[in-house]
Amino acid sequence: MRNKRRIRYLLVALAVSHLVVVFAGFIAPCDAKQQDRSLPYAPPTRMHFVGASGFHFRPFVFASLADADGYREDRTREYPVHFFVKGSSYAVFGMIKSDVHLFGVDAPARFMLLGADAFGRDEFSRLLWGGQISLAAGLLATLITLTTAAVIGTVSGFHGGWVDEALMGVSELFLSLPWLYFLLGVRAFLPLHVSPTGTFFLLIGVIGLIGWARPARLVRGVVLSARNRNYVSAARGFGASDLYLLRTHILPATFSVLLTQAAMLVPLYVAAEATLSFFGLGVSEPVPSWGNMLAALQHYSVLVSYDWLLAPAAALVVTSVMYGMLADALDS
Amino acid sequence: MKALVRLALVVCLCVANLVASAPAPAPLNQGEELARVEGSTGRYGGHLVVGQRSEPKTLNPATATDAISHEVIGRLHSDLIEINRATQKTEPGLAKSWKTSPDGRTFTLKLRKGIRFSDGQPFDADDVIFSFTVYLDEAINSPQRDLLIIDDKAPTIKKLDPYTVQFSLPHPYAAAERLFDGFPILPRHILEKSYRDGKFVQAWPVNTPPAELVGLGPFRVKQYWPGQRIVLERNPYYWKTDHDNRRLPYLDELVFLFVGSEDAQVMRFEAGETDLINRLSSENYALLSKEQLQHRSQLSDLGPSLEYNFLVFNQNDLSGKKLEQISRKQAWFQDLKFRQAVSAAVDRDSIVKLVYGTRGTPLWGNVGPGNKAWVNASLPHPQRSVETARQLLKSASFTWDASGQLLDRTGQVVEFSLVTSSSNAQRMKMATLLQDDLSQIGMKVNVVPLDFRALIDRVFQSFDYEAAIMGLGGGDADPNPEMNVWLSNGSSHLWHLNEAQPATTWEREIDQLMNEQMVTLDYHKRKKLYDRVQQIVSEQVPFIFLATPNILTGAKSEIGNFQPALLDHYTLWNADQLFLRNAESAGAR
Repeated sequence: MRNKRRIRYLLVALAVSHLVVVFAGFIAPCDAKQQDRSLPYAPPTRMHFVGASGFHFRPFVFASLADADGYREDRTREYPVHFFVKGSSYAVFGMIKSDVHLFGVDAPARFMLLGADAFGRDEFSRLLWGGQISLAAGLLATLITLTTAAVIGTVSGFHGGWVDEALMGVSELFLSLPWLYFLLGVRAFLPLHVSPTGTFFLLIGVIGLIGWARPARLVRGVVLSARNRNYVSAARGFGASDLYLLRTHILPATFSVLLTQAAMLVPLYVAAEATLSFFGLGVSEPVPSWGNMLAALQHYSVLVSYDWLLAPAAALVVTSVMYGMLADALDS
Repeated sequence: MKALVRLALVVCLCVANLVASAPAPAPLNQGEELARVEGSTGRYGGHLVVGQRSEPKTLNPATATDAISHEVIGRLHSDLIEINRATQKTEPGLAKSWKTSPDGRTFTLKLRKGIRFSDGQPFDADDVIFSFTVYLDEAINSPQRDLLIIDDKAPTIKKLDPYTVQFSLPHPYAAAERLFDGFPILPRHILEKSYRDGKFVQAWPVNTPPAELVGLGPFRVKQYWPGQRIVLERNPYYWKTDHDNRRLPYLDELVFLFVGSEDAQVMRFEAGETDLINRLSSENYALLSKEQLQHRSQLSDLGPSLEYNFLVFNQNDLSGKKLEQISRKQAWFQDLKFRQAVSAAVDRDSIVKLVYGTRGTPLWGNVGPGNKAWVNASLPHPQRSVETARQLLKSASFTWDASGQLLDRTGQVVEFSLVTSSSNAQRMKMATLLQDDLSQIGMKVNVVPLDFRALIDRVFQSFDYEAAIMGLGGGDADPNPEMNVWLSNGSSHLWHLNEAQPATTWEREIDQLMNEQMVTLDYHKRKKLYDRVQQIVSEQVPFIFLATPNILTGAKSEIGNFQPALLDHYTLWNADQLFLRNAESAGAR
């Protein structure tokens, strides 16, 4: 019972965080590609509540001015934070167009919750938009993997014989591949002239097709044991076809395994996409992804000077922890 | 009893340590014709630790190609004529004086008498003849050979007497004396045997026993620890003295530590484990100046370097290669107005600000303000103008569709990929900035980071690229090292390599001008010719020039005579004059 409640809370938390990412265009105050070349590496904008006219509930910010040693606040003018402002246009799922943002400030100030990167782009906005890429990569790749695994595992377990031997032999090959080097190698073969969108889908395909071996074996195990159950034999005795058996009795038994595997694979694949993008082999500029946002931190001077650029790492950790806890809860 | 043994051991070790320390400079002989160096006098002693990105690949001066090997080799050998990096002028080296014939084709050099190699053996004209025989030998194919061959003809060298050599050049060569800096004189008594046996190319790997690594430079190899460091010690017979007639170098030892990346070099310098950094990026420079190292270290910003970074479009002849997609796009790349529009749309000020942290200079030509002797100061430096770019594109029959994308005259979307080296953080940033700049005139640019070797292969060999960000230059202030970029058959004529004939009239004109300036002896006439080359280049924009970084160096405050310069080697070119002010030696052992 306590477990069921925990699963429910975790699912709610995951749903909320994924919805936030889906509505990145609405929640993020800026466009992910909008550069502000006067504000490279600007620190997070501070919110103030106590201004010239005393305390008020609506927070305000100051504009950032470049200083000898970084940035300082330009206290000559207060920019109150407005809600439901008009800003850059965006499309949810590429279909629903809008230009309303949850919050924002008037130009020329910029409200950067998590500071700016090397080109003055808002890190918070890029975190949300990047989350779309990274999470989508994880979820879609998992879908591909589990579909493949379900098909292969079921065929293998249900038929048995030489089909089973052959498929499991192939799965052993895939299990023994060092996935990172395989990914890097496949990426090197991809043509030069692929657009960022094309790269993204190619990446998902590659990542998804690597990890099917372990879930396939698990599915096969479940199918094998389900195949020999009494009720299955009984149904067969009554004249049930293979397809009926699969649909009604055998596949439902695999769902829990597939679900647990999904909860384990999603964070793994999100990390795989981040790794490839970190090395410059994944989604390329100017499209943000948690991986290529972290690539800037490869340089010592950036790593020690600009803490706010670690935000994507925190996001990755939080995502992995939530999915991991879900996998744990589903397992028990 | 045990305590006595231990004491004896300690005493022995101390004595051994003293005995094993660096050799003292040999006393001055009567017959030695030494060079006296002007500059502040220092004190003897101490050792300097320098970090290197990786290990040298060889210590053979005639076959080394990488900068790291040259960093060590340069401290072990000397040249006939040297370029003083601070003044950028030539100075007598192992040749104490020289005469040029009126037609500029014969060079007679008088060598210093009484000079000895680092193993005590005498130096004379035979060593010079041997060295240049090696450098000119086609079988050895030394990288320096190309600098001596003019129009496929090699110079000849004759020994007039044991201390006089004569060079006969096939053509009068304008900067001939500058050539000699870069041709270290090799010891005939050590290397002649391997040369005769045909094994010269394999001679002098890094692990050669130090006794065989003989040279005329300020230091000689003491010991090499593979994977860790190479230790150089004072050459007791070095042929330069300071103002007070004390033999140089001041330092007992010079240690090259193999630390890894530039980030690792910075961290070691911060920790005090190394004593100087040869070249810093602007971010690391800002980091070091922020972290209260100011009083412990001397950070120098020397102004614009002689390098130039640029965007190059692929205009190579692609017939016979299966690159139809790129061939189609070459219709844009070969259009002068297209290139001029790109150049007008580039935000050079942002590149200087965001990529070089304001420690850089925008460029509109291959010669920047750092090269005061040769820059054409009358060339225009147009500010960024998206409007101008749009006008240029319109006049070249480009149009824009409803969403703002640029279309060529056939209705094709103008989209191309931009490759650059993934390991060069500055050029990667430039690529991102250019992508944004060009999106404002409707061009769609895809940034593709490539491994350095893959990039070189695509740009120089397979031509499988559309646009690339590259960097060249930095060798010498003189125009001659730039010949292989601007001559139509040059090996670095990147936008259109392997031209049998100059492809355009302006390239033909550049060929004539560059060949003429090479054999013109008068500086002002040469400058006029090179000014015209720069003007053509800035009008025809085969390269869209972006910016050049400043040379940034760092060293501990206690290093005396530290004179960083704009020419390679920025910090150790006067290693023979460096000394440590404190009694303690700096750096870790």
